[in-house]
Amino acid sequence: MADLASGSGPMFTDPDPEAARRVFRKKRAAFEDKVTSVRDAVARFVKDGDYVASGGFGANRISTACMHEILRQGKQDLGFAGHTTTHDFEILAAGNRSGRKLLSRVDAAYIVGLEARGLSPQARRVMQSGEVAVCEWSNFALAARFRAAAAGAPFMPMRSLLGTDTFQRSAAKEIACPFTGRRLLAVPALYPDVSFIHVHESDPCGNCRIRGIAVADFDLARASKRLVVTTERLVTTDEIRRTPEATVIPAFCVDAVCEAPFGSYPGNMAGAYFSDEDHLKEWLEVERDEDRFEAFLQKYIYGVERFEQYVELCGGAERLKELREMELHPGL
Amino acid sequence: MPDYSATELSICAASRMLEDGATVGVGTGAPCATAMLAQKRHAPRLLVAFEAGGLAPLLPSMPISVGDSRTFYRAQMATSMGDVMEACQRGMMDYAFLGGAQIDPFGNLNSTVIGDHERPNVRFPGSGGGNDFASLCWRTMVMTEHDRRRFVERLDFLTTPGFLTGPGAREVAGLPGGGGPHKVITDLAVMGYDPETCRMRVESLHPGVTFERVQENTGFELLQAPHVRETAPPDEDELRILREEVDPYGYIIGR
Repeated sequence: MADLASGSGPMFTDPDPEAARRVFRKKRAAFEDKVTSVRDAVARFVKDGDYVASGGFGANRISTACMHEILRQGKQDLGFAGHTTTHDFEILAAGNRSGRKLLSRVDAAYIVGLEARGLSPQARRVMQSGEVAVCEWSNFALAARFRAAAAGAPFMPMRSLLGTDTFQRSAAKEIACPFTGRRLLAVPALYPDVSFIHVHESDPCGNCRIRGIAVADFDLARASKRLVVTTERLVTTDEIRRTPEATVIPAFCVDAVCEAPFGSYPGNMAGAYFSDEDHLKEWLEVERDEDRFEAFLQKYIYGVERFEQYVELCGGAERLKELREMELHPGL
Repeated sequence: MPDYSATELSICAASRMLEDGATVGVGTGAPCATAMLAQKRHAPRLLVAFEAGGLAPLLPSMPISVGDSRTFYRAQMATSMGDVMEACQRGMMDYAFLGGAQIDPFGNLNSTVIGDHERPNVRFPGSGGGNDFASLCWRTMVMTEHDRRRFVERLDFLTTPGFLTGPGAREVAGLPGGGGPHKVITDLAVMGYDPETCRMRVESLHPGVTFERVQENTGFELLQAPHVRETAPPDEDELRILREEVDPYGYIIGR
């Protein structure tokens, strides 16, 4: 096949598994206690210029606590993997204000929107300004890129994206299948410098359990050079060892474990609490006005020290009880 | 005759196209409501799949996100994005059902940008799982509002493939054979595609809507099917389920 095309989008990360193997060779802390605070984990594991990914999907099982902390610590010049990132993207986009530039490059499959809730005015301003370099993908393509990285392979073959502008603006390449001769899409392995995944349970070493859909987190956890886990609750290693088949992320992939009850709030956490639609609506609303948005961010993020205080400001235990009720009785 | 809105009519019309026993990958917004209505009314064995990993749930209420916990409520499996998309790639998904976007005569969709890509006038979310669903499922259904800003001769950006440039183009591009656009359901009409040219054509007009009105609201020349019918209006039962069980808070139908 002579006419194989390549996407013209920028490649933000190195897909070479040789380089990644040298990093992963040093990651073997399967038995150490890695419990720390969100503040410490973000300070230690996120450097300006890093390429970052967040787990979950949309506003579901997201690592809100870590996203807030990244904003609070004023991290700059980050790359970001946006596979249906909604509220997490919205939080990070708030860092591109007043001459600051938290985001500088984005692999975009789904950004800017909050699904049925509408589009984020602030995220749109940022992405329409031209100040952030964008490479286009689909959700499956980004999931496949994590899969390739998790497998220690330089790429994955797949069959979507072909023939579209999404392909043209991606960094994928067409290849000829060595067996059938068919035209295929090759998507490059994506090894994030640091990723954040919120889980239901983790032991102090980082063996994690997730309830409900895993989205792409099985692979994301394995693809990441550094991984910060936030957990609804800590369990003992003994508890993990009783049902090892329930472990989704093994400790030797994990660099930090932070206990963060309600850490996905205002997002949904399967079996625990539903999304706080009123608060998400308020976010979208205040973003329309620069002064109101500034005051909102001061109140909820910059003006507090810890995520727990934010949850308190949003109604604390009372509100979470209501959201738990909505989660456990979804027909109401 | 029951009183209903154009949105309710289009959701009911679309839901009837999802037959019992079919498999459908559902996108965010109106498609969720449509699949849920079908599941509650005539298609209890409709296998609904969500791109984030929800497989065959019994939807208790309409999901706000295609990854929220409703999408795997009493599901057969809560799995991963890769697993659902690979099922599509294997050929196990009959329908892709996607929401509003810019659409061209060949059913190609834009949900990425209006204007220049580097510095767009409007940035939209991007493909999400839309490109994958429309590339890999057998038949693509689209629900959108009918106006000239959405129905355009040329897209600003081709996010998601319809028939691309016409007959055979998908296969030449390397997409799986035999798939492509199937229906477009709007507040005015139901469109399909001419089998010879792969261009969009009107197949049924909603009650009281003329072909001329649909054409006026379309930015390209529409074809007509040999026998253009009238879209059957929703019945009492459909409207009751839609209003009371599917979307009681009016997230979709209240707009």
